[in-house]
Amino acid sequence: MAGGRIRRRLNLNNIYAFTCRKSTFQEDHSQIGGPGFSRVVYCNEPNSPAAERRSYAGNYVRSTKYSPASFVPKSLFEQFRRVANFYFLVTGILSLTPLSPYGAVSALLPLGLVIAASMVKEGIEDWGRKRQDIEVNNRKVKVHGGDDGMFREEEWRELRVGDIVRVEKEEFFPADLLLLSSSYEDSVCYVETMNLDGETNLKVKQGLEATSSRLHEDFDFKEFKAVVRCEDPNADLYTFVGTLHLEEQRLPLSVQQLLLRDSKLRNTEYVYGAVVFTGHDTKVIQNSTVPPSKRSRIERKMDKIIYMMFGVVFLMSFIGSIIFGIVTREDRGGKTERWYLKPDEAEIFFDPERAPMAAIYHFLTAVMLYSYFIPISLYVSIEIVKVLQSIFINSDILMYYEETDKPAHARTSNLNEELGMVDTVLSDKTGTLTCNSMEFIKCSIAGTGYGRGVTEVERSMAMRSGGSALADDLNVAADRSGPKIEGFNFQDERVMRGNWVKQREASVLQKFFRLLAVCHTAIPETDEATGTVSYEAESPDEAAFVVAARELGFEFFSRTQNGISIRELDLETGKKVERVYRLLNVLEFNSARKRMSVIVRDEDGKLLLLSKGADNVMFERLARNGRTFEEKTREHVDEYADAGLRTLILAYREVDEDEYVKFSKNFNEAKSSVTEDRESLIDEITDQMERDLILLGATAVEDKLQNGVPDCIDKLAQAGIKIWVLTGDKMETAINIGFACSLLRQEMKQIIINLETPQIKALEKAGEKDVIEQASRESVVKQMEEGKALITRGPSDTDSHEAFALIIDGKSLTYALEDDFKQKFLDLATGCASVICCRSSPKQKALVTRLVKSGTGKTTLAIGDGANDVGMLQEADIGVGISGVEGMQAVMSSDLAIAQFRYLERLLLVHGHWCYSRISSMICYFFYKNITFGVTLFLYEAYTSFSAQPAYNDWFLSLFNVFFSSLPVIALGVFDQDVSARFCYKFPLLYQEGVQNLLFSWKRIIGWMFNGLISALAIFFICKQSQEHQLYNPNGKTAGRDILGGTMYTCVVWVVNLQMVLAISYFTWVQHIVIWGSVALWYIFLMIYGAITPTFSTDAYKVFLEALAPAPSYWLTTLLVMIFALVPYFVFKSVQMRYFPGYHQMIQWIRHEGQSNDPEFVEMVRQRSIKTTTVGSTARRAASVRRSGRFHDQLNKNTIAISREEK
Amino acid sequence: MSSNMASSSAGSGDSSAARKNSKRPKYSKFTQQELPACKPILTPGWVISTFLIVSVIFIPLGVISLFASQDVVEIVDRYDNDCIPAPARTNKVAFIQGAAPKSCNRTLTVTKRMKQPIYVYYQLENFYQNHRRYVKSRSDSQLRSPKFENQISACKPEDDAGGKPIVPCGLIAWSLFNDTYTLSRNNTPLAVNKKGIAWKSDKEHKFGNKVFPKNFQKGNLTGGATLNPDIPLSEQEDLIVWMRTAALPTFRKLYGKIETDLENGDTIQVTLQNNYNTYSFSGKKKLVLSTTSWLGGKNDFLGIAYLTVGGICFFLALAFTIMYLVKPRRLGDPSYLSWNRNPGGGR
Repeated sequence: MAGGRIRRRLNLNNIYAFTCRKSTFQEDHSQIGGPGFSRVVYCNEPNSPAAERRSYAGNYVRSTKYSPASFVPKSLFEQFRRVANFYFLVTGILSLTPLSPYGAVSALLPLGLVIAASMVKEGIEDWGRKRQDIEVNNRKVKVHGGDDGMFREEEWRELRVGDIVRVEKEEFFPADLLLLSSSYEDSVCYVETMNLDGETNLKVKQGLEATSSRLHEDFDFKEFKAVVRCEDPNADLYTFVGTLHLEEQRLPLSVQQLLLRDSKLRNTEYVYGAVVFTGHDTKVIQNSTVPPSKRSRIERKMDKIIYMMFGVVFLMSFIGSIIFGIVTREDRGGKTERWYLKPDEAEIFFDPERAPMAAIYHFLTAVMLYSYFIPISLYVSIEIVKVLQSIFINSDILMYYEETDKPAHARTSNLNEELGMVDTVLSDKTGTLTCNSMEFIKCSIAGTGYGRGVTEVERSMAMRSGGSALADDLNVAADRSGPKIEGFNFQDERVMRGNWVKQREASVLQKFFRLLAVCHTAIPETDEATGTVSYEAESPDEAAFVVAARELGFEFFSRTQNGISIRELDLETGKKVERVYRLLNVLEFNSARKRMSVIVRDEDGKLLLLSKGADNVMFERLARNGRTFEEKTREHVDEYADAGLRTLILAYREVDEDEYVKFSKNFNEAKSSVTEDRESLIDEITDQMERDLILLGATAVEDKLQNGVPDCIDKLAQAGIKIWVLTGDKMETAINIGFACSLLRQEMKQIIINLETPQIKALEKAGEKDVIEQASRESVVKQMEEGKALITRGPSDTDSHEAFALIIDGKSLTYALEDDFKQKFLDLATGCASVICCRSSPKQKALVTRLVKSGTGKTTLAIGDGANDVGMLQEADIGVGISGVEGMQAVMSSDLAIAQFRYLERLLLVHGHWCYSRISSMICYFFYKNITFGVTLFLYEAYTSFSAQPAYNDWFLSLFNVFFSSLPVIALGVFDQDVSARFCYKFPLLYQEGVQNLLFSWKRIIGWMFNGLISALAIFFICKQSQEHQLYNPNGKTAGRDILGGTMYTCVVWVVNLQMVLAISYFTWVQHIVIWGSVALWYIFLMIYGAITPTFSTDAYKVFLEALAPAPSYWLTTLLVMIFALVPYFVFKSVQMRYFPGYHQMIQWIRHEGQSNDPEFVEMVRQRSIKTTTVGSTARRAASVRRSGRFHDQLNKNTIAISREEK
Repeated sequence: MSSNMASSSAGSGDSSAARKNSKRPKYSKFTQQELPACKPILTPGWVISTFLIVSVIFIPLGVISLFASQDVVEIVDRYDNDCIPAPARTNKVAFIQGAAPKSCNRTLTVTKRMKQPIYVYYQLENFYQNHRRYVKSRSDSQLRSPKFENQISACKPEDDAGGKPIVPCGLIAWSLFNDTYTLSRNNTPLAVNKKGIAWKSDKEHKFGNKVFPKNFQKGNLTGGATLNPDIPLSEQEDLIVWMRTAALPTFRKLYGKIETDLENGDTIQVTLQNNYNTYSFSGKKKLVLSTTSWLGGKNDFLGIAYLTVGGICFFLALAFTIMYLVKPRRLGDPSYLSWNRNPGGGR
């Protein structure tokens, strides 16, 4: 065990020069023991009576919605919260009373089926969560077993507060732990908090000296006892207040000693920790909010329709009741006394003496009778459909990512159709747009550009323009074989394999590569078996530099206290030699300095300042004689930036001894000073040092975009979807990526809002909180107003192609999101083509999402991969998680998980559009069929003097929604395709149908309802008239209620199913089976039901075989009704299809005929359908075309003039 | 109609999918939603030919139906008013409830030859046999078997007489139609066969042959006809017909059959007992003699409707043809798209 410690004994203070990490007793600690700070942890004695008295929660974590006991009541409650289900429950209960117009069973059975189906679905979903819980809770960790000094494996769920655990490298912490000691001497450990905040860089935690000095090995814990008094469980990840009582000592604890659950131990062999918070007390779980239950826009609108239908039902019942009341009153021995009803002996429901009461009771009965207006099976059908749709999404082979073996995964099926309505996509950057790996791809050394790698951006642009010069490079890049080195994608035989020595500027090249190998803070790790070196770096681009240096022959292999050891090629001898650079100082990177430097002494004793940094800060620091390659380098840097690369300028200088001594003294003084201006003092000193540099060249690192991201963004932009990037990254990085994925381009006007103004900085130095805040707020508001003014003025006087991009940083965002200004911010942002929010915290991401969602009222989709995106994913209408290699947090809280950003294109344009169009057609159709059915009931009732006598047999009534019309509509919802996937891609603007909600507009809904009314009128009146006088068959028999009911019902079944045939546009064998099957099922049911004893079948006994089937008039009536009821719709559809086609219908035409015989026309529709986009690679290409030739403008003007004349 | 085109992934599912433990979705045309499908759209050809086919089928059907209806000879005689003696017409209800003789003679003239069988119906109007209270007021089990004689709960208030269950109970049976008709032609009696007027299934399965009327019409108020307590319900065809409730307030019920032809010019004397009270609710009573066709009774509706629909469809076929010719499509003109006109929608 001790070996590990020895191997890496290095002075970390050297690297983390500016970080002050000693905790002291602060005011907070005085609160310990008081309210909110009452937790007491008895380390290593979880079994002691004192600990047991506390009875803290166990480490079992539950994320399920239901427990076995609560499942039934809770899910039932959930079901009946839906107003429609509640309504059916009420009618079901009422059906047990004499009020009921039909038998109780026929009302309760469908309700039971529907509720059971929904509950089964809930159960299955919850079982999935349960399984995940079991997996997590059963992970193993080593726990100290009482007082024998032995550590045993135990499941996570068994952990108790006070347990001592040993966590190994690459393991997750099972609970919130107090760091006691680590494999390092000074009990430092590295922690990756990806799952907590999404940050990929490693955090350093350090245990107290008091504990680390005595606890080195397992055995040391035998006698260890300590008590921690600390704060109560809370959600704040960045604070912790506690005291450690260790042998009479009282030691302050801070967040520096706290290892949080779900973060991961990295780069450290092992740590020992005491469990402080378990299970639901841990900070990460305290932080997790209950996943909001999301409902799609369509469903919310559907609720409105249902309320409307309730209104109709109540209105009809009301009218019916009034008429019924009047008619009933007439029976009171008046002229129209219907003696055969025995009105004088009637019970209350029909008593003419108490007609108003009878009318009120009738109202209830009628409400029950008309319950067929409300589709009882609507919810459950939609749920079934959505689950099936999700299965299709999950099994889409084009959204399967081979490398990580991850298919798409729809975690909730509630939101499928919402995918077709997305207006704004809010995307995280790291891990979502980019792979979070940096690749060294190009460099410019001594004014010469090296590297032939092709970036994703270039590739995407080359693909589009097709057959340009780049296409050749593309092939080269594609041909590239051999083992791929992570972080290195550099191809140039001039410098590879030691060839650089032959270059003219070999000495500059050497300095350049050496700088790459020395100027960084990475830690090497040698794999002892193979001898290869890998690196742990704070940021991936830093790792890319060291890797690049290694690949180019400057292998950095060891970091010791003395310095940095490198194997490099000696220019004179041509052999590999080991050189050690004594590391004297690290001048760290920060966002203000935008550069980092190291000061080293090489083996010759020369002092070197090696520096790398952003171009704007570096160029101004060059010495007069160091600018030899400046012009060339600048050119290259611009080129690289345009290709979406991240550039850094490399420069150095030699420092003479005296200067260094002076600097060193000042620097150390400044570092150890405790005054408030310590930082500015350091800044000043380093600033003095980093001057008069000699330019070496520039590096270009590709923040590697994920495959196909620019393409995907381009397609989404063409579909009219707005894309916002919300990232925690630095502004420069974010802007770079904006360029890389074509969200930004050169001539776009960037509106940058930040607080980096000198005025604010000056105030910050002064340090008065209120003043800073006030000034910042004013500054942000002012900047926003300026931006807004720019936009409103913008397009009118300048080029109409000009677009705006808004880039705002986290600090400014804090103010912009304040209640008073957020509307202003939103106005500004929606006026811009691209919006990039950088340095934003997880909370801000969520707030921005909420602002867009509620401010614009449009559907938002958030996509992200890290735990820092959780809030955003939950807040957005749809949260899409990227199921990356690790870190499941985002996926767990997402609604849908995909493996790659580029699948978003298929997810939205194809599946989203399909689901949207399916669900909206389905709901419209549902109401259509229920109105058809319900209105026939109403009309018939009108002919029974509103006595609420149903036209149909009880079982006909109850099975209508369940049997004879349910499967076709489900098939519609699952299989229908208005436009095939290929055309969805080809005509991205089709997506706007969803964004503008054209397929579920009130016009369409009401249209369908009206169609239902027409069908019902046709059915009822034709059937009634054809059976007038009821001379029915050749044998002179007359038709009774049963026969009229049977005929009408047959007509309803036929009409609604044929209407389905007319409505769908994609006819597979499934549709054939379900549609014709439903009709056949009706006849079969009628025969079977008619064959069972009349006790059960009552008036449907033998009605088909004896009465209906042999009568020609029955069949003739059916045929007549079928055609007559559908003619209006058919005419409407024919005219609309021909003369007023919707967008998908146009595409259907194109598919049908235009494609082959009218290619020009197709192109015309396509061209016009693709709107001129302002973001995306298409726009970028268009812009470069514009730039290249002004005559195009002229051409455009002419075209416009011509088209105006035409009008 | 084109079948679905498989998209680019068609070939990708074969060999590599076999990898073990892969989560790779299985490729099939079904899971990839690429099933071969017919994608009909309403092209002019389809629209016009659909309308033409409909009209081609419907017009002949209409003609045939109309002929069938025209073949039926029907004699309808409303008698409810005329069968009340003139002095009693001021208070018809009192008359019908009174004890005065209710016999009444009617004469019908046959205007066209009627081939047997000729069906005799009574027609009631404004009589709500489909009223929920009325429809429910029966006991099916009691009608079927003597075992269930006491199942009378649904029959209120016509459920028992002096504590003894009424068979058949309920308002329907109680209000059984009780006008009777005696027909004669040229003073020779015309036999009206009252057998075989009910549906067979009713006779055989719904009305038991061991169930005899009991306590029927013994309540404090007599409704309609009485039943012979010695004949089982399955043979009481008038009751069976009556108890198959009508769908609408105007209905006919079969009274009997005349099994001889009636010649043009025959006069038929009807002696009827006008017992049934439709006066209190202003209902009409009619006597109907009718032959039938394959389509049933005299009802021009179906024929006319078929002709109309056929005609409309023919007209629509024409209209669409003209429309398609005169105004050839501006197929898929994107200017129809509202969001293209107002570029506010999508940036």
